[in-house]
Amino acid sequence: MRIKNVRAYYAAAPDPDVKAVDDVSLEIHEGEVLGIAGESGCGKSTLAAVISLTAAPPLYVKGGELALDGEVLPLSGQVRPPAHWHGKKVALLPQRALNSLNPTARVRDFVVDVVRAHEPAMSPREARERARHRLEQLSLPPRVLDSYPHQLSGGMRQRVVAVVSTLLDPNLLIADEPTSALDVSSQKQLVLLLKLLLERGFIKRIAFITHDLPMLSNIADRIAVMYAGKLVEVGSTSQIVGSPRHPYTQALISSTLDPDPRVRRCRLEGIQGAPPDLRCPPNGCRFHPRCPSALPICTEQEPPSVGTGDCSAACWCLQEPNREAIR
Amino acid sequence: MTAQQQAPLLETLGLSREFGHGQNAVRAVEEVSFSVQPGEIVAIVGESGSGKTTLARLLLRLLDPTSGRILLHGQDVTALHSNRELREYWRKVQAVFQDPYAAFNPFYTNRRVLANALNVLGEKMADGEKLPRIKQALREVGLDAGEVLEKWPHQLSGGQVQRVMIARALVVGPELLIADEPTSMLDASLRVTILNLLKDLRERHAMSILFITHDLGQAYYVSDRILVMCHGRLVEQGPVEEVLGNPQHEYTKRLMADVPLLRGRSEWAAAYGSTAPEA
Repeated sequence: MRIKNVRAYYAAAPDPDVKAVDDVSLEIHEGEVLGIAGESGCGKSTLAAVISLTAAPPLYVKGGELALDGEVLPLSGQVRPPAHWHGKKVALLPQRALNSLNPTARVRDFVVDVVRAHEPAMSPREARERARHRLEQLSLPPRVLDSYPHQLSGGMRQRVVAVVSTLLDPNLLIADEPTSALDVSSQKQLVLLLKLLLERGFIKRIAFITHDLPMLSNIADRIAVMYAGKLVEVGSTSQIVGSPRHPYTQALISSTLDPDPRVRRCRLEGIQGAPPDLRCPPNGCRFHPRCPSALPICTEQEPPSVGTGDCSAACWCLQEPNREAIR
Repeated sequence: MTAQQQAPLLETLGLSREFGHGQNAVRAVEEVSFSVQPGEIVAIVGESGSGKTTLARLLLRLLDPTSGRILLHGQDVTALHSNRELREYWRKVQAVFQDPYAAFNPFYTNRRVLANALNVLGEKMADGEKLPRIKQALREVGLDAGEVLEKWPHQLSGGQVQRVMIARALVVGPELLIADEPTSMLDASLRVTILNLLKDLRERHAMSILFITHDLGQAYYVSDRILVMCHGRLVEQGPVEEVLGNPQHEYTKRLMADVPLLRGRSEWAAAYGSTAPEA
C-alpha cells in the first residue's frame, strides 16, 4: 500500500484554505503496523479521513493517489471511490469508536446492518455467524453479540467495534486514536487485539494514528512523525525512539514521561511556542520558528527529505554540507 | 520530604460519598484517609471511574461528603456552608480543572475571568488594585499580560488557556492547589511545561499541590507521594519511588505492568518484578 503526494485542505473561505495535509507520501508494507504520530492539529486525523476515503466537506482532497493491491485510485475530489473499497479494502476504526455502536440495537443487529451495507447478498444469519466465529477466533466472549452497547464496558465496546470494522477482512485498517478514551489496561487489550487481527491475517496492515508515543512504540513496526501537515520523519520504531534525527522528533521523544527513575532525576523540557496557523504556514521548514537548531536556509526553502522511503527525515541540518557546518 | 513532622495542611478522615439510594447506591469514594503536608506534591492515580474526581470535588467543598471529615490546618471544614465561610476556604484551596475551555465562560475576556476570581477574597477590591495581582499571577505562569488579558479563551491555544486557569487559581494566593487532570487535554510537548510549572510553584511558594491523574508517568515525574485509588478506596499510598518501584497491591502492580513505556522497562522495574511481556 502506498500513498503519494496527498494534499488535503479544508475550505475556509473567505480565509485561505487550511492546508492540513500537504504533500504526504507513505508506504505501508504487508503485515506491518505503521504508527503516525504528532501533536493535535498536525493533520493526523485528516490523513486518516483521506486514506479511509471518508473525506467530507469542508475537507477536500486537492491531489494525490492511493495504491493498494496493485490498483491505483486517484484521491482528488472529483473521483468517487468505488463502493467495494469501503470496508473491504480500507476500514476505519474511528476516534471514540466506542460511541459508534447503535445504542438502541443489540450488537448482533448492528453487525448485520454493517455487513449487509457492504455485502447485500449475505443473509443476516450468515453475518451473525461470521461475527460469532470471528469473536471466538479472537478469544472474545461471543455473548457480547446479544448485549446492548450500554451493557458493555468502554474497553469491550472499543474491541467490539474493532472486530466489527474488520469483519470484511479489509486490506488496510486505519485506527485513528483508538486508545485515547481508554484507561491503560483497556488500551493494552485493544493493542493486543489489533496485533492478533494482523497475525491471524484478517487484516494485512494497520495505520495506527496517535499522539501517544509510548503506546506507539509498543505496537508499531515503523513510525511516521507529522508536523503541521508535513511528514517530518519516518523510521523504524527503534530508530525513532533511540536516535531520532529530526529536531521535532527529538523534542517529542524527550518530552515523553515514563514512570522511571531515569526520567524523574532530570528536568525535561517541552517544546516552546505553538504549532503554526495552517492557513498561512511559515515558509521553508514549518518547524523553524520553534526549532532550536534552525539555520538561515530553514526560513527560506523547504527541506528535502534525506534517506530512503522507509527511513527518511526532512531537515536541512541533515544535509551533508550543513552537518559539517554545525560540527 | 522533611515535612513529615509538621502538622498536615489538609487531612481527611474516613471520607465517603455515596450517590443514589438503597440498592442503586454507588460508593464513589469510600473511607478515604490521607494527609497533605505543606509544600508537598501528592499525586492521586487511578483508572477512570475510580473516584478521583469525586474526591477532588469533595475536597473543594463543591460536593458534601456522606460521611467523614476534612481538616484544613486541623480545623474541620466539612460543616462550612455559608457563602462567607466557603469563600474563606477557597482563599486557601484552589483548583485547576481538566478542560480549560469548559471551565471558562466563553463570553468573558481573560481579564474579566481573572478579576472575578479575586472576588473570592471578599473585600471589594478596586480595579486598580486587582490589575497588579493579575499581572503578577500571569508572570508566574509565563504569560505576557499584554498579550492575553484582552483576549477570549477561544483565541488562545490549549496550553495557554490552561496557564490562564492556573493563574486564576494563583491570583488569590492559595496554600493548596488541587489539579484535576490538568494535562489530559494537552499534547505531550505542552504537558511537560505545565508539570514543570507546578514544580516551580512548589519551589517558589512552598505551595502544596494535589495532582490528580491517570498517567503514572506524570505522577512519577512531579510528585513526592502517591495515592492509588481503586473503586473509591485508597489501596496504596507512600513515597512515589517506593510505591511505583515496589508495588504491593495487585491493582498497582497491574497499573504499572499495563503502562506502555517508550524507553522500555529499566533494570529498576525489572528488579522489582513489575515487568510484563512487551505488548
